[in-house]
Amino acid sequence: MDNVLTAKSAISSPSDVKEVATFKRLATRTETEQAGKTVTVYVDDQPVEMQPNDSAAAAVLTSGLRYGRTTTVGNSARAPYCMMGVCFECLLEIDGIENVQGCMTTVQEGMRIKRQHQARELSGR
Amino acid sequence: MNTTASLSIETQQNPNAAGAQSSYDLVIIGAGPAGMSAASTACQHGLRVALLDEQPNPGGQIYRAIGQTALQDEKVLGPDYYAGRQLLADLHQALDSNNAVTQGLLHYFSGSMVWSIEQDQSVCFSQQTFAATNSADSENSGSPVKQTSQTNPMATSNTSRRINANKILIATGAMERPVPFPGWTLPGVMTCGSAQILLKQSALAPKMPLVLAGSGPLLLLIAAQLHRAGVEISAVLDTTPKGRYRKALKYLPGALKNLPLLKKGLELLLELKQAGIHYEKHVTGLKALSCSDGQPSVKAFDPAKPDMQPIELLQQVEYSVNGKIHHRPCQTLLVHQGVVPNVQLSRALRLEHQWNTLQQCWAPEKNTWGRSSHADIFIAGDGGGIAGAKAAEYQGRIAALKIAQTLGYLTEDQLLKHAEPFRSLLDKQQAIRPFLDQLYQPADEFLTPADDTLVCRCEEVTAGEIRAIAAKGIAGPNQTKAFCRSGMGPCQGRMCGLTVSNLIAEVQGKTPEEVGYYQIRSPIKPLTLEELADLAQ
Ligand code: FES
Repeated sequence: MDNVLTAKSAISSPSDVKEVATFKRLATRTETEQAGKTVTVYVDDQPVEMQPNDSAAAAVLTSGLRYGRTTTVGNSARAPYCMMGVCFECLLEIDGIENVQGCMTTVQEGMRIKRQHQARELSGR
Repeated sequence: MNTTASLSIETQQNPNAAGAQSSYDLVIIGAGPAGMSAASTACQHGLRVALLDEQPNPGGQIYRAIGQTALQDEKVLGPDYYAGRQLLADLHQALDSNNAVTQGLLHYFSGSMVWSIEQDQSVCFSQQTFAATNSADSENSGSPVKQTSQTNPMATSNTSRRINANKILIATGAMERPVPFPGWTLPGVMTCGSAQILLKQSALAPKMPLVLAGSGPLLLLIAAQLHRAGVEISAVLDTTPKGRYRKALKYLPGALKNLPLLKKGLELLLELKQAGIHYEKHVTGLKALSCSDGQPSVKAFDPAKPDMQPIELLQQVEYSVNGKIHHRPCQTLLVHQGVVPNVQLSRALRLEHQWNTLQQCWAPEKNTWGRSSHADIFIAGDGGGIAGAKAAEYQGRIAALKIAQTLGYLTEDQLLKHAEPFRSLLDKQQAIRPFLDQLYQPADEFLTPADDTLVCRCEEVTAGEIRAIAAKGIAGPNQTKAFCRSGMGPCQGRMCGLTVSNLIAEVQGKTPEEVGYYQIRSPIKPLTLEELADLAQ
């Protein structure tokens, strides 16, 4: 129970898309079973520590950013919705490749994850 | 084959390399309960099998990350989830070619997205390829899955491959029913299933304040699981319409054949009640809002693009109970209206589909062995109609046995003898479905949403636009694509297909069956040119 922090207040100022309340890590299995290693990825250049089985979409959710992309059509903000590969709301730029499904991509040490702003069209998966 | 057998992740970088196969008796697509059980059953009877799955590890969604569950406390997800370990153990046994029980051969391709199946039964898929450093590590022959979670293969790129199948088993399972309602695209609105996936795979709990809204057994289960994990739930909003219990009563005799499952449902309700979680019944008028009560819309600017319009984020949920409107602040709104078959692949294959009125979804036609309208293509699990994880497991075994017999690995008598026990187990699982399906059929506001609701998330098309196009007398969903691009975005209609058919049916006074569904074309997953070029080589 101690692992769940209570939510801090919502966005403090309109220009601040980052906030303290994020997805929180609960107690995980023992170090030995969880490989004991963390992986550092960069979400919009900010380092985020993740566990080896996490997805890139999970990295965005834990980073404190509230959305992962904006749409081409209406410039509306979107965040991961299904986490199982069907909605395509988690599209991110990963290691320089645009439109990668973040929920289907496992984090790797040093992975560079960038939010996408009105990305043109779908090129990769 | 030893390297393959001792690693759960298929490590062959080139399918044409010495010792590698490119032809199989059976190619199974999806490594959830149906795919896993089918793979080990088929292998046990001597078939050469390839098992393809999108995820890095077997389990599907229901047993997601079953070999490396992140959560420490096993009480959170409960015994039904960990029951998946048996299927995983069977799969490991089948992967171990030195095992005496294993007659055939099993190749498991993880991280593999099937994007096309051709006329000649060749299966084209795109696989994440890994850096060479980890791929040959086969020394320590302990549990294969442990091994792969310790090494952490570096995904470098995707490679396209083609393998040939004598028979194909589609075990691509279910997806959560897309639930269109005002504000469902706001960041902060997610499916209940996505929260469960984050729990299983990453031990991550959603941002609070947290509200759950919807209908169905999974809504209650996930609420209970989050509560057990210590996550504070500010409310559960049950949208099951009034009078549903009465309507479902006529199916009760069937449901009584599966008392344990019925009992589990009641226990969940009791658990939530005892936990003191705020629970609202007969909720209507669900809306996700980006503004706080009485306050101006709370928006955030994107610092990267200062001239851009403000970004709207979820701030609160609005709903009605007995005609009275309520508001609750929330940062995460988890929604759920049951699950539906993921028909993308079966549609792309032009298999015959039928509309299931009780389940309000399409399912590919199949006979009692799981054979589809195509003689060489079988279907098992929720992808062929919703019946749950246990049913999926039995369907997987039954289909695998039938395929084994078709290919001459079993006699007719052996087939009947082996299949019999699974048939009676399956009957019990299916007997409760009509009761659940009637009870938890989504309310109309989710099936045919109000005009201002976005239906196609990708191309941002509203229900009103679809209705207007339908009123012009168009022939079916494919024409809405031409008029408003609905279903033409990255998700290829996965999120709007059901709703668009329903809306056209409503306006034109037809049944969804008469209206039909989008025509789905390969590739069913977006590909890069490089990936396509791989196949030409
Ligand atoms: S979150 Fe839906 S596809 Fe990734």
